[in-house]
Amino acid sequence: MARTFLEGNEAIARAAVAAGCAFFAGYPITPATSIYQQMLQLLPPLGGVCMQGEDEIASIGFCIGASMGGVKAMTATSGPGISLYSEQISFAIAGEIPLVIVDVQRLGPSTGSATKGADGDIQFLRWGSSGGLPVIVLAPVDVQDCYLLTIHAFNLAEQYRCPVFLASNKEIAMTRESVVLDELVLPAIIERKLCPPEHSGHPFEPLPGELVPPFIAIGGSRLSRQTSSTHGPEGYITTDPAIIDQGIVRLEEKISSNVDDFTLFDLDEQDSGDDTILLIVYGVTARAARTAVEQLRHKGCKISLLILKTLYPVPQNLLRRTIHNKVEIVVIEMNHGQYIREIERLAGSVPIRFYGQMNGELITPETIVREVTA
Amino acid sequence: MTTLLNTGRPPLFCPGCSHEKVVHRLDEALQALGLTGDKIAIVSDIGCSGLFDTFFATHALHGLHGRALTYATGLKMARPETTVVVVMGDGGLGIGGAHVLSSCRRNLDITLLILNNFNYGMTGGQYSATTPDMAQTASNFLNQLEKPLDICRVADAAGAPYVDRAMASGTALSDQIAAAIRYPGFALMDIWGICPGRYLKRNRITLAQLEQEMAATLFAGGAIAANAREEYAAHYQRLAAVCPPVGEVPRVQAVSDAPLCTKRCEVLILGAAGQYINTAGEILCLAGMSGGLHVTQKNDYPITVLRGHSISEIVLDRQPVAYTGIGQPSVILCLAPEGIARKKGLFANLSQETLVIKGSELALPDTHATVINIDFAGLNIKASQRALAALAVLAGTGSPLGKEMLAAGIAHRHRGKMVEEALAVTARFY
Repeated sequence: MARTFLEGNEAIARAAVAAGCAFFAGYPITPATSIYQQMLQLLPPLGGVCMQGEDEIASIGFCIGASMGGVKAMTATSGPGISLYSEQISFAIAGEIPLVIVDVQRLGPSTGSATKGADGDIQFLRWGSSGGLPVIVLAPVDVQDCYLLTIHAFNLAEQYRCPVFLASNKEIAMTRESVVLDELVLPAIIERKLCPPEHSGHPFEPLPGELVPPFIAIGGSRLSRQTSSTHGPEGYITTDPAIIDQGIVRLEEKISSNVDDFTLFDLDEQDSGDDTILLIVYGVTARAARTAVEQLRHKGCKISLLILKTLYPVPQNLLRRTIHNKVEIVVIEMNHGQYIREIERLAGSVPIRFYGQMNGELITPETIVREVTA
Repeated sequence: MTTLLNTGRPPLFCPGCSHEKVVHRLDEALQALGLTGDKIAIVSDIGCSGLFDTFFATHALHGLHGRALTYATGLKMARPETTVVVVMGDGGLGIGGAHVLSSCRRNLDITLLILNNFNYGMTGGQYSATTPDMAQTASNFLNQLEKPLDICRVADAAGAPYVDRAMASGTALSDQIAAAIRYPGFALMDIWGICPGRYLKRNRITLAQLEQEMAATLFAGGAIAANAREEYAAHYQRLAAVCPPVGEVPRVQAVSDAPLCTKRCEVLILGAAGQYINTAGEILCLAGMSGGLHVTQKNDYPITVLRGHSISEIVLDRQPVAYTGIGQPSVILCLAPEGIARKKGLFANLSQETLVIKGSELALPDTHATVINIDFAGLNIKASQRALAALAVLAGTGSPLGKEMLAAGIAHRHRGKMVEEALAVTARFY
């Protein structure tokens, strides 16, 4: 069984190429830079394009343009860059532009600490664009996840025509790890659904019974329109409240109503989970949580572990189903309380506790054991 | 040729607006070039000029304020065969200034038409980057404080190979636009016009006066010989074509078993810049992998990569590594004071089960750890070889790695002569 030795960022770049990514643009920023550096090695010899934008706004703008040209595109940055991406993210949502956005989170707020990890952007990824419509956010735990979730991210971006975030973390991105890539069970690659000849050719008109419009590439033989303005199916600005409402509801539903199809998670329940404590984590903290749960069970504590990998849209069905038979929920995050908001509103009568830390250090298994038994 | 105007959506601007003239001149230019709508993408910005894309039966991309060039750039790189025309106002020029400068520098085959009417018309006539300082605007006196931007001179300085200036009412405008589009590189046109809805309300100015002002700039438009060079996409493709393909990620086969490594083993390598600390960490990991272990490695060093501490944190385990932090290190290799200082708080809590291998010249904080001193200087081991030498000392103890594993790690990390040199260093400690 041969293993490879690679960091999370390299795994993302390799997986992007495996998923069919042919366009990358980025701006150097620790701890995301090595994704750009890798793409610069990988794409040009394959006939793909890798560019360095004059800033983050340009980088994601290039990706939007390339994606509208019909090419699978990805960009990568960290907190300060995600902040600059914001207006373009809202465009990608409104214009239904497939795009994978990697946020290698570093300790914020602001410039923060370039080489310290955190999960401080989780709510920002969900809400950091005007209009507040849903986005998809996936959170890798380790290098293997970086590979796997990148493939998923491209598939979801193409399938639902939307931006998809990978919420990585410096502690995964710049940690090298032995991984068995050859045994990974990868999903089949999904390609963008192109507009069939019998379709009206209206760029934002889904086929009957569908929520995602088939794609018409800019530059193709059939005329395409893209607009950041509030638009109807024809892609022209509209002031008609009924058409506006229909469009907005569709943008909401195409993401939210399908989350069960892409709810990615690891669940380790003790004795069917009945009457156990439920520890809920995501990202790199899940690694310490696995060790902590092992130690806690050894001490006789009845505990189950839910590791969320699809953070948004919130996998409500999974959460409700997993929470209902538990005695208590403990949520641990590398921030001061972000995703717990989503769990609190689903917890019903099950009591919930939180521990958060954002000091640039990993949360240790010992800390989790202490918090659970406190 | 027939018109490329969108028959379903005729141009609609304020009466007397210069923008409408430019719509027709652009249509004439596109016709003169013999292009059909599917070969053209009009990328428009925000403001009144942002309506342009809707008036044409071409591909259309209307995005955010100032960012039109960013979409056009990605689109052109993805679809080099498409003729890409960007339309923005003087507002887009100001807010998207970095993109304009970068487009001039890049020389991708895009045509930028700046519809310059010296104010923000759509939002009520505020001053823009090109508003004359004595003009009256909705920005009270603020425009008096700033010098207007001459984008043609700026574009020339930024490396644009084609820069032209014209009146929206100019009789040769369609020919000028056609020439700009035909130019095989980035072409910028500064097209002056009048905003009757806003600017004209406060400033009694005529097209004839504007034309005189333009003549006074003494700018001769067209190709700029000094900036002529290979177009970006063609240049990119030429350079990319000779980039060597990247191989598969190297696979590391387990060639032996790590006999004495029965549980999680955390290793810290504490050194300084120039000591190949990260490389030693990598060799240790590859050695561990060749012994069938799971490994993680993370490195810590300051932005001054040539000065200061360099630390590598490695975890080796029989099981997949869960937590990647270092709590109770099994092994610490101490090679420079900078690295030790960075982790000085760690030593007091160590038990004798922790093995410290250190240069004999280095001082440690008080510790109960088991310490092996190596006189690297006396053995004539260079600073850059000490981390590797310490790994050899560690391999001599048999845990967490053996000599065979270390040799395999070196063979995975290095090539050719480097392997022999590294093996020679390690052999001195066996």
